[in-house]
Amino acid sequence: MALVEAVGVRKSFGHTEVLRGIDMTVDRGEVVCLLGPSGAGKSTFLRCVNHLETIDAGRIWVDGVPVGFRASGGKLFELREHEVARQRRDVGMVFQRFNLFPHRTALENVMEGPVQVLRRDRAEVRAESLALLERVGLAEKAASYPAQLSGGQQQRVAIARALAMKPKLMLFDEPTSALDPELVGEVLDVMTSLARDGMTMIVVTHEIGFARSVADRVVFLVDGAVVETGTPADVLDNPRQPRTQQFLAKVL
Amino acid sequence: MASDLRPDDLTDDLVVVPLRHPWRWFSGAMILLIIAGLGWAMAEAQIQWEDVPGFFTHPVMLEGLLNTIVLAVCAQGGAIVLGVVVALMRLSANPVARWFAVGYIWLFRGLPVLLQILIWFNLALVFKNISIPMLFTVPTNVVMTAFVAALLGLGLNESAYMAEIVRAGLTSVDPGQTEAAKSIGMTPVTTLRRVVLPQAMRVIIPPTGNNFINMIKGTSMASVIAFLELIHAANNISSRNLEIMETLFAAAAWYLVMVSLASIGQHYLERAYGPR
Repeated sequence: MALVEAVGVRKSFGHTEVLRGIDMTVDRGEVVCLLGPSGAGKSTFLRCVNHLETIDAGRIWVDGVPVGFRASGGKLFELREHEVARQRRDVGMVFQRFNLFPHRTALENVMEGPVQVLRRDRAEVRAESLALLERVGLAEKAASYPAQLSGGQQQRVAIARALAMKPKLMLFDEPTSALDPELVGEVLDVMTSLARDGMTMIVVTHEIGFARSVADRVVFLVDGAVVETGTPADVLDNPRQPRTQQFLAKVL
Repeated sequence: MASDLRPDDLTDDLVVVPLRHPWRWFSGAMILLIIAGLGWAMAEAQIQWEDVPGFFTHPVMLEGLLNTIVLAVCAQGGAIVLGVVVALMRLSANPVARWFAVGYIWLFRGLPVLLQILIWFNLALVFKNISIPMLFTVPTNVVMTAFVAALLGLGLNESAYMAEIVRAGLTSVDPGQTEAAKSIGMTPVTTLRRVVLPQAMRVIIPPTGNNFINMIKGTSMASVIAFLELIHAANNISSRNLEIMETLFAAAAWYLVMVSLASIGQHYLERAYGPR
């Protein structure tokens, strides 16, 4: 079974329908990039996978579990917030604006989840977290506060913080959009190595180059609906739909 | 304006005249003069200055001081706890809780503290007993001592202000912080305790410190219901020896001591939660 399975996902904000019936599957170890013009609903869909937004219709399963619900006796029961929190442990998320905890050091940011949520042993978590910071190339910044780090460094700490929970799935919401151009590369490098290690990833991005070289599949969204999906070679080099062609003509 | 000096003339031995500030000298001298005049007036006043230190450490004054501190700390502490609860209700998804919080703030912030203290103190006039059916019943005039009435009057009023301060603090924290906390699987309670409140503290502490200083002085209103705080203590002493000003000055000195200590405490708290 696919790790992520979305069926007919709909979401409205007030009278605006942002997602108009999205179907999508993501297999284990697969890297899927969501592309499309702004306002297409890419970020909203990603946030629904983590139940940061509740969906109005349709269903999303992650690892066979309906997101935000408990299946029992042929019915779905909506979960309480602390039960949803338990589901979110297995899904990591990286935000456009990093959202590091400013009152904690880089190391404390990474340790926060395993220590406070999983109640694991501090010393053990500390060693693991230092290894994670090493992996994103920031071992020497362990004691720095977020305000003392560049945007690229903050985003790499944020990736380490998400990885510390040992997630099955990583969600990236425009991870390089808030960065200065010269800092984009260091974040994409970390994400590329993560993909090479077999992490299942859904990435909302405008980095066509990254999608081309790292994604197994790209999904092109317009106005809350999937317009085209396929390998990067298919969708990026031979787009069939006029909307995809228009978009790529502008960004390439 | 044409200059009679050329750039070449600006040598090291050129005389440079600094701007003079005669008005600073004048206004400084005036202020010193006024202070000296006030000092002279105080020295000439018919006050037995030598009696003030005795009143400062008079046993009744010290008892009043202790009562003032206990009342201020209890009222402020209770107000902080209640304020957090009301602020959370104000921000809750439950419309009944939201409306209750709005009404609570409207009522307890809207009435003068002195009036609230008097109403609590006289509660026995309209409710003979305080009871929760099947749990307990107690006579109101036994429960509603001067201390309890002052505590309720000061504390509930302050809790309405604290609710607004805490709400401002909570809403000042970027929603992205809550989302990040959720994304690593934090429950709402852990998110509040570990992520939101520590950051909200930066906004909450300065006005809370100011309010506590106001609270220290506000305890003086409890003197109207004969609670033995500093002013009532001063009046008790002076009713025997008629040295009204001397005892009031001794009480004033204690207020300044308490407020100074509170300011120092506030300074260190602000530094502990300050920006990194």
